[in-house]
Amino acid sequence: MKRRHIITWLLPVLSGVVGVGAWYAVRAATGLQSWILPTPREIMAAAWTEHATLLRAAGATALGALGGFLAASAAGLGIALGLGGARWLRTGLYPWLLVLQMTPVIVLAPIIVLWAGPGLPGIITVTFLISFFPIVVNTTQGLLSAEANMAELLQMYGATRWQDLRLLRLPVAMPYFLAGLRIAATLAPIGAIFGEYLVGNAAGGTGGLGFLVYVYNTQIKIPALFATGLVSCLLGFIFVAAVAWLSWAVLHRWHDSYERPDH
Amino acid sequence: MSDQPPIVQFRAVTKRFGSGPVVLDAITLAVTAGEFVSVIGPSGCGKSTLLRLVSALSPVTAGALAVEGRAPVEAREHLAFVFQEPTLLPWLTAAENVELPLRLRGVPAAARRARADALLALVRLRDAAPLYPRQLSGGMKMRVSIARALSREPRILLLDEPFGALDEMTRNHLNEELLDWREKAPFTALFVTHSVAEAVFLSTRIVVLAANPGRIHGEVAVAFAGSRTAELRERPEYFAKVAEVTRLLHAAEAGAPA
Repeated sequence: MKRRHIITWLLPVLSGVVGVGAWYAVRAATGLQSWILPTPREIMAAAWTEHATLLRAAGATALGALGGFLAASAAGLGIALGLGGARWLRTGLYPWLLVLQMTPVIVLAPIIVLWAGPGLPGIITVTFLISFFPIVVNTTQGLLSAEANMAELLQMYGATRWQDLRLLRLPVAMPYFLAGLRIAATLAPIGAIFGEYLVGNAAGGTGGLGFLVYVYNTQIKIPALFATGLVSCLLGFIFVAAVAWLSWAVLHRWHDSYERPDH
Repeated sequence: MSDQPPIVQFRAVTKRFGSGPVVLDAITLAVTAGEFVSVIGPSGCGKSTLLRLVSALSPVTAGALAVEGRAPVEAREHLAFVFQEPTLLPWLTAAENVELPLRLRGVPAAARRARADALLALVRLRDAAPLYPRQLSGGMKMRVSIARALSREPRILLLDEPFGALDEMTRNHLNEELLDWREKAPFTALFVTHSVAEAVFLSTRIVVLAANPGRIHGEVAVAFAGSRTAELRERPEYFAKVAEVTRLLHAAEAGAPA
């Protein structure tokens, strides 16, 4: 057990070291300029030089991502409750949800700027559009997944519609909802950065990592661009870790995806 | 006993699902309060459907079925059902599962908690109250399931092969205990099983069904002197009764068109 634990840490570190080594080797062999392929050291140096800007931008992006994620969670759950509760809503609305999902956000961007404005509201809207679909699909599936036996048990014991939802269907749907949140958590920071890149640089935009991508690119500050990628990645990890924790807190006592507590 | 009106009465009850084959054909059966009636028969004879009709989970197609003299759905509050599987809600603790029927009925938390504790003590699972279903063995889960059914203080308990998935030792223990619990909280039982031995041990009467379509082939009254404890399984009159029911069951199977 202990040994396996060490290996799960050691192997990724080892492959990381090999990767960085290969990186330096490629740079040395090709003699590429720093503005085409910066070394990890140059990226870290750029991150340090730009750290105030990067931090401020990360804060703005986190705000947009969180806003969009929360809106997607609430709306996703609400829409799923409607879809899971009534077959006519399911057949009537599902195709249109697909249409919305299939339309690339990049096409919608000018319309979003027009309607929601170029700042935070627009970025939240883009994040929302990118991350709400997996929540709706998963949660709807979950609400429809109660075992027939359990549904009959509640029916026999005279459960009202509300009790059936509260005591059976919502708990059954919870692992599905959380799985949807997990996907949304990986999408939300990407959505916010993408949103900033699309609408954040319009007049009145508020910056953020997506806007920095635009700025560093036009200034050809390539090491700083890599550093922006690194910070975006960290932000994504924070989102995913937060949802993983929430999932653990809600499910670990009873769900089979978590180790059984001893007694 | 005979002047008492039946608590469950089937009068020429027929059941078919949609336009499919007839599942139960002209079933006439009266169960008197206090009886323990087992229903046994080959697979596909409609045993489980019989219970689903009584619990109003499924409507009768033709004939009349009365529970406590009323339509089955109106008698539901005096009824409890133990399914083939424990059917415990995995996100509730053992105690919360036992409380569930009372919770649905709006009983205050403290009162239903006290009742759940008492019932878990009855089924010898006092220490399991805070555990989740996945922490319990198959036998323990079934005890919780029965405790949950008893929480409603049912007049009629419907049991659909509740011990079918358990090993024989556990099944025997639970058979003995079921009779013990029934003495403390009396109920009329309608019990579906595949096991002749189990039916003879538990019942006051055994109804044998034939299949295709499901119909009553015959019935056997079961009475033993003295109380029914584990040693009953060693007595000659017990063996004789098992043999008698087995013969009837074989005849029911042979009579069914292939």
